[in-house]
Amino acid sequence: MYKILRKEVFSPIIKLMDIEAPKVAKSCKAGQFIILRIDEEGERIPLTIADYDREKGIVTIVYQEVGKTTEQLGAMEAGQSIQDFVGPLGEPSHIENFGNVIVVGGGVGIAPVHPIARSLKEAGNNVIGIIGSRNKELMFWEDKMREACSELHVTTDDGSYVRKGFVTDVMKEIIEARGKENIGLVIAIGPQPMMRACCNVTKEYGLKTVVSLNALMVDGTGMCGCCRVSVEGQTKFVCVDGPEFDGHQVDWAELSKRGAYFREEEQRSKEKKHTCKCGCGGGK
Amino acid sequence: MTDTPKPKKQIVPNKAPMPAQDAAVRAKNFSEVATGYTRETAIAEAQRCLQCKKEPCRQGCPVEVNIPDFLKLAAEGDFAGAIAKIKEKNALPAVCGRVCPQENQCEKYCTLGKKHEPVGIGRVERFCADLELETGVKLPEVAPATGFKVAVVGSGPAGLTCASDLAKMGHKVTVFEALHVAGGVLMYGIPEFRLPKAVVQAEVQNLKKLGVEIDVNSVVGKFSTVDELMESGFDAVFIGTGAGLPYFMNIPGENLCGVYSANEFLTRTNLMKAYKFPDYDTPIKIGKKVAVLGGGNVAMDAARTALRLGAEESWIVYRRSDKELPARHEEVEHAHEEGVKFALLTSPTKIVGDDNGVVKAMECLKYELGEPDASGRRSPVAIKGSEYMMEVDTVVVAIGQGPNPLVPRTTKGLEINKRGNIVASVETGATSKPGVYAGGDVVTGAATVIMAMGAGKIGARSIHEYLQSKKA
Repeated sequence: MYKILRKEVFSPIIKLMDIEAPKVAKSCKAGQFIILRIDEEGERIPLTIADYDREKGIVTIVYQEVGKTTEQLGAMEAGQSIQDFVGPLGEPSHIENFGNVIVVGGGVGIAPVHPIARSLKEAGNNVIGIIGSRNKELMFWEDKMREACSELHVTTDDGSYVRKGFVTDVMKEIIEARGKENIGLVIAIGPQPMMRACCNVTKEYGLKTVVSLNALMVDGTGMCGCCRVSVEGQTKFVCVDGPEFDGHQVDWAELSKRGAYFREEEQRSKEKKHTCKCGCGGGK
Repeated sequence: MTDTPKPKKQIVPNKAPMPAQDAAVRAKNFSEVATGYTRETAIAEAQRCLQCKKEPCRQGCPVEVNIPDFLKLAAEGDFAGAIAKIKEKNALPAVCGRVCPQENQCEKYCTLGKKHEPVGIGRVERFCADLELETGVKLPEVAPATGFKVAVVGSGPAGLTCASDLAKMGHKVTVFEALHVAGGVLMYGIPEFRLPKAVVQAEVQNLKKLGVEIDVNSVVGKFSTVDELMESGFDAVFIGTGAGLPYFMNIPGENLCGVYSANEFLTRTNLMKAYKFPDYDTPIKIGKKVAVLGGGNVAMDAARTALRLGAEESWIVYRRSDKELPARHEEVEHAHEEGVKFALLTSPTKIVGDDNGVVKAMECLKYELGEPDASGRRSPVAIKGSEYMMEVDTVVVAIGQGPNPLVPRTTKGLEINKRGNIVASVETGATSKPGVYAGGDVVTGAATVIMAMGAGKIGARSIHEYLQSKKA
């Protein structure tokens, strides 16, 4: 069992949890993910690691409630435990000194981009951070990102906080202002449409862009192939070959279709009366 | 001469049939197909053993069970004695009694089998094991603690066997398992209707009682490498990580929705219990017409699972003829009985999807058998112009699995062959790395549960010798 040590509610649908998982905390690196299963009947879902404390043995996850499992998790409180928590999985981010790096976090993607930004800064990069959300309510970790980056730009889709605009608008402005030849790498993490939009922009400038893919998974160790995606025309497994890939080579249409395949079942699962005995009060 | 002649043993020519659920009924449920012998049948079957001097059956058992002795005890109705005899050598008798291909192992060599049907060794073994699980397990003797620590990577048949033998020799064993439950392929791969998961877990519990520690949720190669395990105090390591890398056909359309690897299809159903969705959270989508590509045991498992999940038609698509099907005869027979259909001498060339990227059809090519190839099997030759469309809405690719690369990739100095398998001695399980042994599918490529168990046993023996030499 893995204890929830702390819970922070960023918004009604975005939550943070510190999980007691010393084995994962000891060895995880920026860019890797974990898989959790709440209880005996639960499904296995992947979540990218948002932060970790090796000494205290803590791994931080941030998630958006989008389905049955994340909603159930969202209803749990500090002091309760989840049954399974395995990691670190996937390949770590490739960290080296690229010079100027643009790091983009969209929505709940701000969380996984955070340790990558921090590692890049530690490696000597000038890290230009861009974070964006739909509105002020969904914005979080501005302070942590400010610390992890060399400079930070904040935007909201509706203009309810700092400025109005998409992360791609901010990114374009920065590339234009600094000159594309002065940017060594772009990293974009967030919802699929956002990552795809970022890639469309950077493609025009010929800027290599790394994205972190969120595919459906079962085991997460390369055993089932559920998470397969076409990259440069070749089949890759997000769980062991990724989760990070060159965004310009990803077959986004295929990824999005594969991600939607179980939507009907996800809906059924969500609507199912929540009857666990975990003390969460029956969920939503 | 005053001795009365010994009465000649009455030979019963046929094996007692295995009671089973009716095919039409079982094709719609996940309960076990074969329901097992009764006490009387088990005794009668054990009595068929001739107790011949040569004991040829024993050469067919990779884990070295003293078959005639356990059959003798069972024939006398001493099932406690019989199971104790089996467990001297075999840590997983309830599993072996169910999934061993005995026709290629012990029963293949049975003296009685030369003229008649061999003794149903596996069926008697299963009865003995099930009876013990029901009535309470007697633990085998454990040697005094040696102070040595051994890490076993993977809790499939090879790892569990190795762990059990090492624990009995007095070593402290920790098994690292990547998934959330121990058992490996016994849990995620082999379906509930052939091997109930409760049976596997009962055997795992017995292992824990021997003092074996099982760390689930522990992916070696990720949270710790083999080298780090050795640095952290393990004196030796056994790698039994299996064949967990699914192969695909590499034909167009294989990434469409509704195309599963057999591993995914079976893992969702068995390990995650998708057949109980939505009571269990993991879903599986099954179409009206399912095509399973391949002709091995895994393909049969997938085709039979598809029927149970509600498919109207479940097809095996295989490019050779029925004579070449690599699956066990019994599995093919069961599949036929349950209504699985066979498209033989057929192989897909591409999979076609609809606008949502979901499978709707498969283009297939017909084959005929040509000249025998190097292996002596007649190789299939495509018939030009024989393309046709097969309408399907689910495709399961069951053409084999390779070794999972996580451990080989992250272990320094471990020799790997071209296929990615760990190179290890057949006689000892020794790898190119001192103190590191390996066995099972990760060495041989996908094989059977009992072959993996045999390799686990060999590994345990070699590790024991290695540790003894370390002490000296």
